[in-house]
Amino acid sequence: MRRLLGFLSVLLCLSAFSGCGPRETAVARGDREQVLHRGMGPDLADLDPALATGTSDYTVLSALFEGLVAEDPKTLAPVPGVAESWEVSPDHLTYTFHLRANARWSNGEAVTARDFLASWRRVLTPALAADNASLLYIVQGAEAFHKGQSADFSQVGFSAPDDRTVRITLEHPAAYFLSLLQHWVWWPVHLPTLEKYGSAFERGNRWGRPETFVGNGPFTLKSWRSGQLLVAEKSATYWDAANVRLQAVHFYPIEDVGAEERAFRGGQLHLTEALPIAKIDAYRKDQPQLLRIDPYLGTYFYRINVTRPFLNERKVRRALALAVDRDNLVGRVLRGGQLPAYAFTPPGTGGYTPEARLGTDFAEARRLLAEAGYPGGKGAPVVELLLNTSENHRLIAEALQEMWRRELGLEVRLVNMEGKSALVARRMGEFQLMRSSWIGDYADPASFLSVWAGDSGNNYTGWSNPAYDQLLYQAARTEDPDARRQLFQKAEALLVDEAPFIPLYYYTHVFLIRPSVKGWYPTLLDHHPYKHVWLEAP
Amino acid sequence: MFRFIARRLLETIPVLFIIVTATFFMVRFVPGGPFDGEKATTPEIRHNLEAYYGLNLPLHQQYLNYLDRVVLHGDLGRSTKYASRTVNEIIADKLPASVELGLLSLTVALVLGLAAGILAAVKRNTFLDYAASAFAMTGICVPTFVLGPLLVLVFAIHLGWFSASGWYGWTDRVLPSLTLGVVYAAYVARLTRGGMLEVLNQDYIRTARAKGASELRVIFRHALRGGLLPVVSFLGPATAGILTGSFVIETIFQIPGLGREFVNSAFNRDYTLVLGTVILYAVLIVGLNLVVDVVQVWLNPKLKFE
Repeated sequence: MRRLLGFLSVLLCLSAFSGCGPRETAVARGDREQVLHRGMGPDLADLDPALATGTSDYTVLSALFEGLVAEDPKTLAPVPGVAESWEVSPDHLTYTFHLRANARWSNGEAVTARDFLASWRRVLTPALAADNASLLYIVQGAEAFHKGQSADFSQVGFSAPDDRTVRITLEHPAAYFLSLLQHWVWWPVHLPTLEKYGSAFERGNRWGRPETFVGNGPFTLKSWRSGQLLVAEKSATYWDAANVRLQAVHFYPIEDVGAEERAFRGGQLHLTEALPIAKIDAYRKDQPQLLRIDPYLGTYFYRINVTRPFLNERKVRRALALAVDRDNLVGRVLRGGQLPAYAFTPPGTGGYTPEARLGTDFAEARRLLAEAGYPGGKGAPVVELLLNTSENHRLIAEALQEMWRRELGLEVRLVNMEGKSALVARRMGEFQLMRSSWIGDYADPASFLSVWAGDSGNNYTGWSNPAYDQLLYQAARTEDPDARRQLFQKAEALLVDEAPFIPLYYYTHVFLIRPSVKGWYPTLLDHHPYKHVWLEAP
Repeated sequence: MFRFIARRLLETIPVLFIIVTATFFMVRFVPGGPFDGEKATTPEIRHNLEAYYGLNLPLHQQYLNYLDRVVLHGDLGRSTKYASRTVNEIIADKLPASVELGLLSLTVALVLGLAAGILAAVKRNTFLDYAASAFAMTGICVPTFVLGPLLVLVFAIHLGWFSASGWYGWTDRVLPSLTLGVVYAAYVARLTRGGMLEVLNQDYIRTARAKGASELRVIFRHALRGGLLPVVSFLGPATAGILTGSFVIETIFQIPGLGREFVNSAFNRDYTLVLGTVILYAVLIVGLNLVVDVVQVWLNPKLKFE
């Protein structure tokens, strides 16, 4: 007992030193000083837009850089960024951007057309090995330059007639080009700074440190302690600084969702990146004002390896897809407001909602399986479902395993694999069914449907259909939005009919947010331009 | 003693060589590589990445290059996950937080554990003994990932005394060090109690009492030195465990330490970072075991530097 008292008294002493009693929280101070504290999920790997790969990279980089076009905070429609205006040629192949005279880097120098060209050249330089370089292939000659087939950058469709004009010539008309330009790989870097700290065209350059960093966004890098905190403070040189209300954004890399939720409750965060599934119901019941469930541009699905016997039969694949009760899955298992998925492209992607459906129809599923020669599952082999290890994936897979057993008489065996090992199994085609997800790079159906093209590096199912590829090819070259949407509808109908995949649900972004955060609108890509965000103490 | 230490240091060279070699090849034979991601990269980009990191060379050549860099230049290589940082930089950046957490936890473990263990042994079969034993059993049974969040709930969220996570001021050190320290304190308490009980029954203790030494002198001057032997043997591996096993604590409390990098580097297949951290921890464990051996000889007159 005496020991317990001693232990408690030590704690009391410590608290006495720390000021005893609750202190002003970071959030309360932030509300007063316009400093946003946000959780950002996993840590950031690099501050270089050419090398960034993850969503948490975007979360930070979007504060520090700005591209030619920016995003409307509510609709994410392209709005003027560094370019104050632009024109498109009548053949929809050439885009001419006019840069603002007052666009500045954080070191005070003007942002020029040459900066953009040099940055894109850097992305396309093979030695840099930029992960997202292929997003520039839409530009004439870019693919050949990146693949080393041409060493002459002047053959690539970028030009700068003067310091304030950027001209981009495309391989083919692309209605989504302005949306694509919002991807971070298109953002400029300050080459003269990079050259001071190593080769600008190779990896390993050390320019992205607080003492050497130069950006052109509404905020600039103040400090960065990897694994702990990155502080971006308002940039005095940003062209629209007068309209930026936040004084700083503090980014906290907290990988553990439970720890992030506790930091939020402890008053350290204005908003979290995620929320543990187990906590959703409690917040919904007790503090619904803190819980936000926004739609998110992603699809959770199972790939089907169509090269395997049994699964190579279209009727079997459709039977599997039709025998899934998605309402039950979303409502009982996931409980995060996800939308049941009946096709591949999430509804509302770039104004497109798929009409084709792989709905729930147990009777039809049983009929198809019987037609394929396996009435009631008789004679069917055991099907393996590959999962990368995760409690949520397992819960979903177990629900489906039971649905398929009950409705179709099929036995499905779950196979767990560690993340990277599962990716190798996928690459080698060593799976039958595999848990998968796809997050769109930009809000356009092409970002989703191109996954299933015959030459896509992300297909992995062995399924391909020349008619489908042809429809995508046509859509890519069609400028009229309605005609283009019709082509996507046809492509998606074909995909759904052949079912090389089983759509399960469309993602939502479930997170916690304080009522004092204003200007944080639900957007499909989960993009929230910080220059439009402000804090207002309740 | 110097010969003993020199010999032990020489012995560590082949040990480290075997560890590096085994880790180098094991991590390569695990499926998946650093550039496998949810979204595919084009073959050209993958080829360029592999060329940049020298992963396109034959494996034995990569191994020889690695040994050459590490042994001759002390260069642990470039991280594949953090494109602009070297493994040396990452370790220099992250190790101090882990070491600080480790030392503070060890202090908590020793202060709480020794006090509880000595008290339990001296007041054997009394309420104090049972309370200390109960504390020890509880500390051993409650995992850190339960204790950590519990402490946060009480002291950070409800009482608002500390931050729920982070590693900024000294108040942020309290909860993580307590969480990690209490588990080891429990072991220390049990070992101290056992060691002390054994020593307190020895003839020389009876002699000391017969000569009229005060009870405090008997305990601290005569009994403790022998009673601590099991604790000291435990401390070598325990310190290594505290340093390497701080992953959970670092994750729960968002501490920018090396434990998190150690575990994540394996998931990311960041080969050079895996190897760098393994080498570092191997050196630490070998070094700490050597310290323990020296301290044991110093404490136990029956042992010699042989």
